[in-house]
Amino acid sequence: MRGRGRAALPYLYLVPAFLFFVPFVLVPFAHTVGLSFYDWDGLTRASFVGIENYREAFGSRLVRSAFGHALVLILYFGVLPVLLALPLAVSSARTSVPGGNALRALIFMPQAISTVVVGVCWGWILALDGPLNAAIRALGPDWAAVDWLGSFTWALPSLGIVGAWTLLGLCVALFFAGLQQIPASLYDAAAVDGANRWREFRAVTLPGLEGPIAVALTVTVISALRAFDLVFVTTRGGPGTETVVPGILIYRRAFEDGRLGSAAAIAVILSIVVFAVTLLINRIADRRAA
Amino acid sequence: MTAARRTDAWNAAILVSFAAITVLPIVGIVLLSLQSGHGPVSGFELPDRLHFENYARAFEAAHFASYLKSSLIVSSAVVAGTVVVSTLAGYAFGTMRFAGENFLFYLLLTGLLIPFEAVIVPLYVELRAGNLTNTYWSVILPLIGVNSAFGTFWMRAYFRSVPRQLLEAGAMDGAGSFRILWQVLLPGARPALLTLVVLVFMWSWNEFLLPLVMLSREDLRTAPLGLAFFAGRYTMDLVGMAAAAVMVALPVVVLFVATHRRFVHGMWVGALKQ
Repeated sequence: MRGRGRAALPYLYLVPAFLFFVPFVLVPFAHTVGLSFYDWDGLTRASFVGIENYREAFGSRLVRSAFGHALVLILYFGVLPVLLALPLAVSSARTSVPGGNALRALIFMPQAISTVVVGVCWGWILALDGPLNAAIRALGPDWAAVDWLGSFTWALPSLGIVGAWTLLGLCVALFFAGLQQIPASLYDAAAVDGANRWREFRAVTLPGLEGPIAVALTVTVISALRAFDLVFVTTRGGPGTETVVPGILIYRRAFEDGRLGSAAAIAVILSIVVFAVTLLINRIADRRAA
Repeated sequence: MTAARRTDAWNAAILVSFAAITVLPIVGIVLLSLQSGHGPVSGFELPDRLHFENYARAFEAAHFASYLKSSLIVSSAVVAGTVVVSTLAGYAFGTMRFAGENFLFYLLLTGLLIPFEAVIVPLYVELRAGNLTNTYWSVILPLIGVNSAFGTFWMRAYFRSVPRQLLEAGAMDGAGSFRILWQVLLPGARPALLTLVVLVFMWSWNEFLLPLVMLSREDLRTAPLGLAFFAGRYTMDLVGMAAAAVMVALPVVVLFVATHRRFVHGMWVGALKQ
């Protein structure tokens, strides 16, 4: 009896966590997958439609452009901060800049700020009569002032820059921590070989940072794919459909258009893309590390 | 100046300029929130005097007192719930061996990958059927569910780092597993727990999609939700909106400044979780 009680013990400790996780995350996720095969307005009876929602999604220009916009955002949210953070982390790790920790903490700070606040703040900065355009008018021609978030050309890149602003500090922190793990002996060896700074970066720093770069890309790419809050607060997908992203479509179809099945299908596609990207980035990092 | 010192100066200059670019928008909105609001405010200008009445107006007239209260209730409940369930589960995964251990752990880890957008639709339908929408529970319970995945992962890592002798010594004294957890392990777990508290508080405070979908009653709105509605409606009161934005961001920013080392480290491990 006692032995059996002890064998059950670990499961008792797990019960509370699973009591929240299963009904509020796992089961709804399974329901999303199930719902994606139905046509449902959320009130009347749902009818089974097979893969029709997926067919519609893949055929729809709006859905395809939403994922296309997410791809563009990946460049701004992921690639740009990583490229900027590399020299920033390296230069501040190799020399002891006074107050370096505080400066890096400042660069990290946007990560702690609610995306709604970020959206409100940048919405003001990028407005037609906002401070950015005031600076442009003061320095250059008046026609160069643009309603950044209302422009068909500039709305998506502007959102991308805002995302890069929020994620740069996270990348710097990741790379800075990664640099502390590279043994100094590797740098000494490179110096003995007479490597210049660029060769040293290619031969020692970059290979040593593969893990942190993979982590940074995973986090930033996922936040680009899932950019809902920022878009919802600033452009709501506009002008036209220029900044519609998958999250916006899911929200609109489910909670405004009463097309729950279609929203679920887009949510499933989004999840698969997120899983695939995570797997891919970590595969590449693992292979290169091996 | 030697070449080495010149590079040092360059490095410092690069870091300082990036820090300046990063804080510029934040400084801008804080300055805006203290302007008089009469006449156009187009640039980063110093206000004629500090107009704190903008904050009073946002707090009272724009209901931010109520929004901040909602956020505090939700975030505190999520932190308390997440810390308890994650500590218990992390303790089992970190110190005990049992059948299905790996399966259950990886099952929980999928919670770190599932985007919230992918659960929100059925979650809304189910909570509505249970008459839970338009209650704080509709935000608190799912957030504990999501955060318990990271929390368990985090606490498991801590319990695995505890020397085995400590556990065995406790068992030799005849202490039950719960007493070992409570009296032997938890006192040393304080730093790990504090990091968890800070991160979960931030994630719950800043959560937007879940309250947006679940809470349609104005008096239940959380702070980010209230700000989004305020920004959508009162675009005329620019300085009031700026003051509201600063108030919404302030609690987490203060927490960040107080614990930034822990914070960055936690986010780092949190990022590695993927």
